[in-house]
Amino acid sequence: MSQVTRDHLLRIEDLTVNYGQLTALDGVSFSVEESSIFAVIGANGAGKSTLMRTLAGLHKPIKGRILLDGEDITSVPPHLRVARGIALVPEGRRLFPSLSVEENLLTGTYRARKGTWTLATVYEMFPWMPSRRSQRASLLSGGEQQAVAICRALLSNPRLLLIDELSLGLAPIVVRSIYSSFGSLLESGLTVLLVEQDVSQARSIASQIHCLLEGKTTLFGGPRDFTAEEIEAAYFGIAKPNLELGTL
Amino acid sequence: MSWINALIQGIFLGGLFVLFAAGLSLLFGVMEVINLAHGDIAVAAGYLAVVLIPLLHIPAIWIFIVVVPVFVVIGYVMQRLLFQPSLKSGSLTTLLVTFGLSVIIENLLLEGFSANSHSLSIGALGSGAFRITHQLSISYLSVAILLVAIATIVIIQLGLSRTNTGRIIRAVADDREAAQLIGADYRHVFGIAAGVAFGTVALAGLALSMYSQITPSAGPTYLIYGFEAVVIGGLGSLWGTLAGGIVLGVAATIGLVASANFGALAPHLVFLAILAIRPNGFFPKKALA
Repeated sequence: MSQVTRDHLLRIEDLTVNYGQLTALDGVSFSVEESSIFAVIGANGAGKSTLMRTLAGLHKPIKGRILLDGEDITSVPPHLRVARGIALVPEGRRLFPSLSVEENLLTGTYRARKGTWTLATVYEMFPWMPSRRSQRASLLSGGEQQAVAICRALLSNPRLLLIDELSLGLAPIVVRSIYSSFGSLLESGLTVLLVEQDVSQARSIASQIHCLLEGKTTLFGGPRDFTAEEIEAAYFGIAKPNLELGTL
Repeated sequence: MSWINALIQGIFLGGLFVLFAAGLSLLFGVMEVINLAHGDIAVAAGYLAVVLIPLLHIPAIWIFIVVVPVFVVIGYVMQRLLFQPSLKSGSLTTLLVTFGLSVIIENLLLEGFSANSHSLSIGALGSGAFRITHQLSISYLSVAILLVAIATIVIIQLGLSRTNTGRIIRAVADDREAAQLIGADYRHVFGIAAGVAFGTVALAGLALSMYSQITPSAGPTYLIYGFEAVVIGGLGSLWGTLAGGIVLGVAATIGLVASANFGALAPHLVFLAILAIRPNGFFPKKALA
């Protein structure tokens, strides 16, 4: 087992999560390689956000395991997962509205690990930020808020950065400019797991894609392994793609 | 002259109300919890001082050095063991839990100390006064209480806005779940807030038992003054609480000059009048600090 997980930072096995009466995730398994971008795609209600929230510790799975660097963290509470190196940029950004931009960023250092990310390095990545540091976060535009939310997560110096629906509600040009800063994230050794509704965006940036439909895996592999039609079929569940899923 | 005297005495009496209100304001701002046992906890702190002073042989005025830390710890523990589990079932359950706690504290104090009143004697500091004019004098104790009340509000305010812990408390008040995602254990943060609230209300209880007298059933009266100070100041605004407490204090003493029976009623009438004019209080705020 330990040889298998060596170069995989995150591994989830048979993860099943109920959301109320609903089974939001149904036996999902995958592994994420260190220093890569891994994209989870799927339509609304596919279980993508539930997956991210479960990885961050906000939902308890009823079955399955989550392994970070080979260590079982399934029962670790969310605030301690931050110390283990998992940071989630939640859907809707969820900045603290009454805190200033800089205060929002500084909350990210509360349980930070040692690492390269500091207030200075995030200000370097987004040069507009220092001049707005004392503004209330709720006064920023959507794209600016998303950047602050990402930086807040980075300041905890995570090993695994989870980003839920980065592009939701943002103009394409803003999304592109945020994604263009991801190259430097990977250079710093960070692993990124993101949820993206925009399939072409996901395909262009990720080295692995994983498609969910109604909580089940319908397709996974490299972004160029499939045609657009195959991905579309897996995404919407129009026809069962003729793929052997088997075990990972 | 008696009116000016009443006005000035009222400002100082307001200091006592502010001490009662500060913890309520903080707890409501952070957790949206109203602690109905707040007044009884203050009275319990007074009784703890009554018991401890003869045992420890320290001057009554210094007893807060022992009592306040004890109540900070009690606040943290009560939050984690009693209030936190009830928060999950909604704010009505928490309200009932604090109401139950209020009844329990009152009855335990009645068992232990009877219904007779107690007070803390602080010697010359309690009887001495600054003589401003022939007719106007302000007791040292009143001045001390108002200064402590202002210092309490300023320290909490600075703590919230300038320290790391304060920033995390505000973050938790804004969005509990997002705060977990940056590594904050909101239960611990709530515990800290409750500890601070209990510490300040212990100060209020000590001030009350030095300023006048305490009986086991005195708590709810002061809970109401504290609560009114919080509401007319604007929920969650500490500066508003300071202003609200002083307004109520002035209303009480001016009412007393108008008629001996009117002193207790006047603050409540002023509270209702202010609510009618400014339903959100002096400093309405959505967020803490």
